[in-house]
Amino acid sequence: MKASVLTRVATQSIAKNKMRTLLTMLGIIIGVGAVIVMVAIGEGAQSQIREQIENLGTNMLVITPGTSTQGGMSHGAGSYNRLKVDDAEKLSNEAVMLSAVSPVIMSFGQIIGGQGNWRAQTYGVAVSYQFIRDWPVSSGRFFDEADVRSMAKVVLIGKTVADNLFPDSDPVGQRLQLRNVPFQIIGVLAEKGQTAQGTDQDDVVLAPYTTVQTRLAGRQFIAQILASTFSPEDIPAAQEEIALIMREAHDLAQWEEDDFTVRNQADLAETAQGTTKVMTMLLAAIAGISLLVGGIGIMNIMLVSVTERTREIGIRMSIGARGSDVLTQFLVESTVLSAIGGAIGIGIGFGTARLLGQFTGWNTTISPLIVIIAIGFSASVGIFFGFYPARKAAQLNPIEALRYE
Amino acid sequence: MPSTAGPNGSELSDGVVIRTDGLTKIYTTGTSEVRALNGIDFSVEQGEMIAIIGASGSGKSTLMNIIGCLDYPTSGTYHLDGIRVDGLNKNQLADIRNQKIGFVFQGFNLLARTQAIDNVELPLLYDRSGRKLDTRQMATEALQRVGLVDRLDHEPSELSGGEQQRVAIARALVTQPAILLADEPTGNLDSRTSVDVLALFQELNDAGITILLVTHERDIVRYAKRSVEMRDGRVIRDQPVSGRRSAAQDLKDLDERRAKREAEEASGKELEAVG
Repeated sequence: MKASVLTRVATQSIAKNKMRTLLTMLGIIIGVGAVIVMVAIGEGAQSQIREQIENLGTNMLVITPGTSTQGGMSHGAGSYNRLKVDDAEKLSNEAVMLSAVSPVIMSFGQIIGGQGNWRAQTYGVAVSYQFIRDWPVSSGRFFDEADVRSMAKVVLIGKTVADNLFPDSDPVGQRLQLRNVPFQIIGVLAEKGQTAQGTDQDDVVLAPYTTVQTRLAGRQFIAQILASTFSPEDIPAAQEEIALIMREAHDLAQWEEDDFTVRNQADLAETAQGTTKVMTMLLAAIAGISLLVGGIGIMNIMLVSVTERTREIGIRMSIGARGSDVLTQFLVESTVLSAIGGAIGIGIGFGTARLLGQFTGWNTTISPLIVIIAIGFSASVGIFFGFYPARKAAQLNPIEALRYE
Repeated sequence: MPSTAGPNGSELSDGVVIRTDGLTKIYTTGTSEVRALNGIDFSVEQGEMIAIIGASGSGKSTLMNIIGCLDYPTSGTYHLDGIRVDGLNKNQLADIRNQKIGFVFQGFNLLARTQAIDNVELPLLYDRSGRKLDTRQMATEALQRVGLVDRLDHEPSELSGGEQQRVAIARALVTQPAILLADEPTGNLDSRTSVDVLALFQELNDAGITILLVTHERDIVRYAKRSVEMRDGRVIRDQPVSGRRSAAQDLKDLDERRAKREAEEASGKELEAVG
């Protein structure tokens, strides 16, 4: 039987039972639709996280203190802190791969000013911090090199701090106290939002690192050094260069291990994306189960259909249909069923994903790959679950099939 | 006029369409054996119209199934249109059914919710000979032949029993088979429609088509040219039909009688009304 004739015979018999056809396809429609929506949400979340990570600062490298080991026992990250402001200055002066370097000195404490008090993290940073983090000011100005050199008591505040201490007035030019030291607010940082982990990046106060070190922290060692490269491609080379300079700065012998760690955002991005990948896979697995159930629905209907159409099969055989003709007819029927169902499912999936994106503000991304996978899967569901009933039909004895009531 | 031989022209010179020699069929159920056919030597020549008659259990259905290539004989040989059929595999039998045999069943066996023309076209769709066929045209011609050219797009549920059987006959004819096999073709029809369908069979037979009827009704035998009676898996009588009736003539008589009766009833009513 020719392919065109086969398709016609199959579609005719599908069209003859509209209700049954619709109900059968429903399983596949929902299955494929669900897969597309779920994966769209998952991939949307992934790309959102990617954006957020890029938002942390492009081409950024983070140098943190390394681990110490005593008698074979590791004390964990940061247990052996020899990171100093000098290291940051040395990196800034010597590294050729780095476009900017900034130490980060952390100080946590009460802030008094404006309409009350607030508790937030204060970062002592260099002027270049704004470039490394890609973090402009929304009003006022960033401090400059002169402020750093003179240990000026000036600060920039994040949006959250500004909203809490100065809800009604412009904070620029006003004063606040950090650990009883008065500071002048010279700028408000632009809103940066949350990190992928949910930390509010705007709940922060920035001050020159020199000021923080002498007035607030009073410690020699610092929490981290941030640096950025000229381009993302430079990151591996820059990491090596940093290691070289840092080992020299810390006077490490050949056999000694690094007493610092250099991480790049790619590592962080990978971790975060790994998490969402798991989530996407989980969602897809749930949706896949519904697709499987849809497939079993097709098999069920096709099996019932074979019994119901025993006489039809007998008629076809008596006028010369071979077993293979009957087999192909049923296979084509179930494949057409699931392919049409799959196509409708893709349409509905697209629509739902878009609507969901509009109403919830979630990012939804539909990759062509998932569409191809969904189509392929639904077609193979048709073939796979259609085969058993089709073979059953093909093996019928024509005499008995004709006699069947 | 269409040839009654197969499309390959494998016509026997002596005009024999069917020949069976020592055909037996044994069904084994558990330990007991049932001899449904017990050595059937039987032949059908081109242009014949044969009625096989017998009670249920006489083996006529089994013989019909084997002749129709739906079943295998246990032993014996069977030639159809010059081809030795016993020993062919399933697919070869399917092709033989498609090319050489036209089936007409008691229950019509049309595809439901399928237009008459699609039903008739169906056997041509399973044609494997590789011929280029205008299947639509052939189906239309076959329906024309059975007088249903104005019912092409009707579905079986929209047709009367007689019309459905005519569609089935058209479907059997469309492949120009070597033989038309009719299994109780009038079993589901009222007496007038039965005669009507038999008239069609006679008309087709007059045009040269070989027809084999299987029936348990003695009345039907009178319309055939030859009758074969079976009992217990054997042919007990094989003779020409004497005093063969013309179904067309009977139909005419039937209609005349009915018209007369209706006229009488009508006048009777008139009399009543006057009285």
